[in-house]
Amino acid sequence: MNFFEWRLEDLHKELSERKLSVTELVKASLARIANTDEQIGAFLTLAEDEALKHAQTLDERLMNGGKRGLLFGLPIGLKDNIVTEGLLTTCASRMLENFVPVYDATVVQKLKQQDAVTIGKTNMDEFAMGSSSETSAFRPVRNPWNRDYVPGGSSGGSAASVAAGQVYFALGSDTGGSIRQPASYCGIVGLKPTYGLVSRHGLVAYASSFDQIGPLTKNVEDAAYVLQAIAGHDPMDSTSARIDIPDYSKALTGEVRGLKIGVPEQYMGEGVDSRVREKIQEALKVFEQLGAHVEEMSLAHTEYAVATYYLLSCSEASSNLARFDGVRYGVRADDADNLIDLYLESRSRGFGDEVKRRIMLGTYSLSSGYYDAYYAKAQKVRTLIRREFEEAFSRYDVLVTPTTPTPAFPIGSKINDPLTMYMNDICTIPANLAGIPAISVPCGLVDGLPVGLQIIGKAFDEMTVLRAAHAFEQNTDHHKLHPEL
Amino acid sequence: MPVTGSKYETVIGLEVHVELLTRSKIFCGCSTEFGAPPNANTCPICLGHPGTLPVLNKRAVEFAVKAAMALNCTIAEETQFARKNYFYPDLAKAYQISQSDRPIGENGWIDIEVNGQTKRIGIMRLHLEEDAGKLVHGEGGFHSLVDFNRAGTPLIEIVSEPDIRSPEEAEAYLKKLRAIMSYCEVSDVKMEQGSLRCDANISLRPVGETKLGTKTELKNMNSFANVRKALEYEQSRQAALLDKGEPIIQETRRWDEAAGKTIAMRSKEEAEDYRYFPDPDLVTIHIDKAWQDQIRQTIPELPDERKARYTSEYGLSEYDAEVITSSKKLADLFEDSLKYTSDAKAAANWIMGELLGYLNANQLEPDDIKISGKHLGEMIRLIDDGTISSKIAKQVFRDMMESGKDPDTIVKEKGLVQISDESAILEVVDKVIANNPQVVADYKGGKEKALGFLVGQVMKETKGKANPGIVNKLFKQRLNEE
Repeated sequence: MNFFEWRLEDLHKELSERKLSVTELVKASLARIANTDEQIGAFLTLAEDEALKHAQTLDERLMNGGKRGLLFGLPIGLKDNIVTEGLLTTCASRMLENFVPVYDATVVQKLKQQDAVTIGKTNMDEFAMGSSSETSAFRPVRNPWNRDYVPGGSSGGSAASVAAGQVYFALGSDTGGSIRQPASYCGIVGLKPTYGLVSRHGLVAYASSFDQIGPLTKNVEDAAYVLQAIAGHDPMDSTSARIDIPDYSKALTGEVRGLKIGVPEQYMGEGVDSRVREKIQEALKVFEQLGAHVEEMSLAHTEYAVATYYLLSCSEASSNLARFDGVRYGVRADDADNLIDLYLESRSRGFGDEVKRRIMLGTYSLSSGYYDAYYAKAQKVRTLIRREFEEAFSRYDVLVTPTTPTPAFPIGSKINDPLTMYMNDICTIPANLAGIPAISVPCGLVDGLPVGLQIIGKAFDEMTVLRAAHAFEQNTDHHKLHPEL
Repeated sequence: MPVTGSKYETVIGLEVHVELLTRSKIFCGCSTEFGAPPNANTCPICLGHPGTLPVLNKRAVEFAVKAAMALNCTIAEETQFARKNYFYPDLAKAYQISQSDRPIGENGWIDIEVNGQTKRIGIMRLHLEEDAGKLVHGEGGFHSLVDFNRAGTPLIEIVSEPDIRSPEEAEAYLKKLRAIMSYCEVSDVKMEQGSLRCDANISLRPVGETKLGTKTELKNMNSFANVRKALEYEQSRQAALLDKGEPIIQETRRWDEAAGKTIAMRSKEEAEDYRYFPDPDLVTIHIDKAWQDQIRQTIPELPDERKARYTSEYGLSEYDAEVITSSKKLADLFEDSLKYTSDAKAAANWIMGELLGYLNANQLEPDDIKISGKHLGEMIRLIDDGTISSKIAKQVFRDMMESGKDPDTIVKEKGLVQISDESAILEVVDKVIANNPQVVADYKGGKEKALGFLVGQVMKETKGKANPGIVNKLFKQRLNEE
């Protein structure tokens, strides 16, 4: 069976009419993975037995007429930086190649409560550091649309898995674009919620003040359902917001009449592939035809976003990743002569180049004598960028931009040029700096590769973001295109 | 060891860590109970497992604010946590959650008493942080084990201004600090168990100089006496170097108790850069006026206030009041005893003399005292009503200290009730007169002192139980009769 053909509502109807079983869904997912994942490399670990057992339990409940959760029976993938009790969680790093967590992340508990079935853990850039999923210590992920191209990153495995029809949806994490950019490259929907909307408890931290978990789905409607399941205050996460969670499905009205859309010129200028720009302009025309007001505007601080982001995220990462020292879990150099050697050897062997690069960058920017010039300065710029967005949202309901300046690039083409690689995130990073929600939805193909449209909203206004994205999607056919595998 | 020729002025600043008595740890729900089996009180959070996040224990903040208020600090209305980054196996996250900018308390002070003089010592800051675990080194030096039970226990760090001028002042400061923490009931402040720890910065400068000299930092002093000894040693060492015109090296030095000296650990150049930055996992804490008022109401009468009351209300000497209020346990015992006797002076005398003497002789702390104020008060009443003599009372007191039994029970069990029956005592008096004709003759010949010997003999015969007043009276009657 093909997950793309199903709306959640119809799938649940089939299940309740017993025309379909959860076991069949799970088996279909596992079969699809068996047939395609050698080419794609989306999964690092499969929980085949556990998934089938879980499916059986759910089928029994189906027979008994028991209660069914919102995501009942859906086979899903979880990015491998989301901890799962008893199931290997590696962050695609040698450092954690043997790490089995003793607890479930809050999002995992919530998905279980809604009866989703975990199929396995998806491949990613090591510790979520990268924009191509090539920094995985185990193997790169390939783009389902063209196997010579990257799927984006760092949630490349999650995006590719959904795009390849292996799972119904997947969770990713987004620190500087790690959900939206791969969603864009793989032609699916990726939502980064407002910082604090989804609990980070159980997400292996890369940059704590940026990290947010969010859904990667085949359409906007599914994104709303998954968000419904995972959003909400968590006492285990002090940065989690205490707000009332709306019914996100009520955003799916298709109505954008009178919506005020700002188009920041800095996201459409130099460095943006002209064919990508055309796709965005076409999309804006769709919005106008639907009755929205589109207006060009300016976000002057955008040019500082990438530098600010890398200074702050690497600073936090240098501290967050310090616990991987070989002492308690993960890889340990067992031939060390003394404590310092144990640290040096374990960390030298356990971490890949990109992780080391960011740890060094962050350590440097936090060091005495440099702190004020780098970390403290970057914090100030972050505040300016946040204010600039707040100001923009006093005039616009949403901002629309390309998700990335270009479509996916060939594997190996940028991996040795970190600065060029970092520029990939230029359109996505500002939303992380401001902590505001943003979604990427498919808006066409360039050379057979998908292009994503980014819709940015104000803090905790996922409703408007979803409404705009849904209206666009339902009035275009881009989301109906799927790669051939 | 005095400073050579007193050419130099000693400048000392102390950094004191105090473990807070919260039931659970500062960032997780684990118990803080002392003495549990290794790693029994741990969870993924205090073990620093990937993906875990700290959630602040509100009680720890309240205790820290209470302590800061008791030390006369200004309370920050907004305070935040920072990460102190360093690698060590007892630090699971490889950073300690502590405070850097915006600590909970700043600019406080306490008054200390040295040689009858009151001196004010400034408190630079008080901040809240988490404790680390503990390493246990295996035999033969081939392995080390880590016990994370202590990891995440809330600590406050109290940093004094460099206002302390001698090792004696340092000790007095520590004792006052301990008393205040103990009165506030935020910590059990036991240096031996590590719930109070002290590091010291010390430098010397020529008398009259206002610029600070180069300092050394002293660590590993696990008792008040060791803090004083280490500072005395370091004071002499630095003075000797300065006398020779040699420079003081800014470094951290470890106190070696067995060797009785400080040993260099690491120099300033080797000092770590902790790369403090605000912890993004924790939000800013707002300690608003209402919360502050609520906490302020929980602060009990502090040592200085009690001391003033003891001198004015009970007529205790400054010295006695200082000593008794230096420990909450002693002060509470004193006040409790006054519910059973009105003789405050007597209660104070028993505490200052017999009780502290007993503690000293047995190397005990006030916390080890088994008796209550009720015991002491009742014992004084037994003396007052003539049930026991004050001599017997000393024996009863020692028994109480050892067994914790009440004085009535001890007096009954051991048959220590004073003999006031004149006919019974007269029998013994007559016997002593008969057995000591020479002494009797001496007395009659005008040697007053001889009476003391005779009384002593009666006390010996009655195992000290005879009422000494009656014995005296009877002797005088008998010997003057003849």
